[in-house]
Amino acid sequence: MESISQAPIYDSSKQGSPAVEELRAILKYRYLIVQLVRRDILTRYRRSSLGVAWTMLNPLGTMLILTIVFSQALGGAREGYAAYVLSGLIAWNFFAQSTNAATLHLVWGGSLLKKIYIPRTSFALSATGTGLINLLLSIIPLLIVMLIIRVPINWTIILIPIPILFLTMFALGVGLLISTMAMYYADIAEMYQILLTAWMYLSPVIWPPEILPDHLEFWITRLNPMYYLIELFRTPIIYGQVPDIRLVLISAGISTITLLAGWMYFTSKSDEFAYRV
Amino acid sequence: MNLHTGFNNSVSEGLTTLENNETVVRLEDVGVRYRIASERVATFKEYMIRRFQGKIALGDFWALHHVDLRIHKGEMLGLIGPNGAGKSTLLKLIARVMRPTRGRVWVKGVVAPLLEFGAGFHPDLTGRENIFLNGALLGFTNDEMQEKYDRIVDFAELWDFIDVPIRNYSSGMTARLGFAVATDIEPDILILDEVLSVGDESFQRKSLTRMEQFRDQGATIILVSHNMETILEMCHRSAWLNQGKVMMVGETRQVVAAYQKAQIIEN
Repeated sequence: MESISQAPIYDSSKQGSPAVEELRAILKYRYLIVQLVRRDILTRYRRSSLGVAWTMLNPLGTMLILTIVFSQALGGAREGYAAYVLSGLIAWNFFAQSTNAATLHLVWGGSLLKKIYIPRTSFALSATGTGLINLLLSIIPLLIVMLIIRVPINWTIILIPIPILFLTMFALGVGLLISTMAMYYADIAEMYQILLTAWMYLSPVIWPPEILPDHLEFWITRLNPMYYLIELFRTPIIYGQVPDIRLVLISAGISTITLLAGWMYFTSKSDEFAYRV
Repeated sequence: MNLHTGFNNSVSEGLTTLENNETVVRLEDVGVRYRIASERVATFKEYMIRRFQGKIALGDFWALHHVDLRIHKGEMLGLIGPNGAGKSTLLKLIARVMRPTRGRVWVKGVVAPLLEFGAGFHPDLTGRENIFLNGALLGFTNDEMQEKYDRIVDFAELWDFIDVPIRNYSSGMTARLGFAVATDIEPDILILDEVLSVGDESFQRKSLTRMEQFRDQGATIILVSHNMETILEMCHRSAWLNQGKVMMVGETRQVVAAYQKAQIIEN
């Protein structure tokens, strides 16, 4: 305690830009993010016998069902449909789970925020971090399915960090926006569930874009950020192609703007969180 | 309980010199205003409906009003007052959890609140995992916690249960672990909000010894309690809060006497 002369000084009257201060605080508390991600992953699977395998089994089960439904009931799916739908589900689940968890962690973890100072973005960041680990684990069953149904795995797979980076930025941005609103109104979280369901059916997760009627294609694909991000995710893995530069630029733009908007909005409001009992 | 007699004596000796010590917490004309809707509007749907009907009226509630307070290095300050007096809000300001609506809060040093009853603990994680999680919540790295780990488990006397999920701990065990973590990080300012009553007598004695060490090292302790005996035993200076205002600050005996007198009159 002899260190008090160099002790940190907090002065409520001196406040810089909240967005920058939060960034600085997060860098200092980066180890907390690691611990929170660890906690999420350990506690989620600790009490189940199959453990982390569920991360991989969950999208596989959905894929199996959808493949059967589409190939049997709806008169034939396109070649490699199983890989198509699985890759779509992996990208979508990452987005849906991360943004949802960001909201739930902040609303339920809020009691901690009222007792102790921690950077308020910790919850959204750790939720996205947990989602990211699940996403990476889910790529393993995707590769296995591709081998089984003979979808060639191309060298372009090494480009996968690019779409994952943009997906992560976008999910974090949306997670911050939604969780801020949810701090003010409890039913935002419920409304977001409905929005997510609608959004998933409006995104090329389980259906291929070519089945869309022409007059709808523009509205569903061009105005939907997830359209670009999911397509960008699929291109290097299951299409085995280098993504079109236009697709990369649009995805980069969307995710950067969303992340900045989410970060600014969240940090501008986060000082009020402790006031909301 | 005659546990703290020796402790008390050394406190009163130091009283005169402490006043000249460096200030570590300074509150200047601090106010905290809560906005309370006349009717509680919890959902977005409700908000839109009422807004449409023009029924949203906001009332102001000042949880703290024109509060000035200085806390010096190395003192143990007691905070007393009835429920809703603003004690917890004051602690939140010092812990940086809340920013004041008006006025200025100035704090020098690392502040650690002792979280009550394993807030910040996860029941499904083991004691070991929770120590590291708790350390991270207080801003420490893995390496730093590794260095403290043995001491924490020693102090909490939990070696036999350290790899058992906290879910299976008794409340006393959880409290011991929480206390051990919060005090091992050696904060400059320790905040205790009604948490000292947990644990058996031998653990309480240990906790008090640790506080004594703390004080000797120059740490500052802020204690909130409804138990006047505890306050009288441990704090040489106290502040009495009522309805968001500081009624009195000074030597604990006088402040407690005035507070108790006021309560009798009220009843």
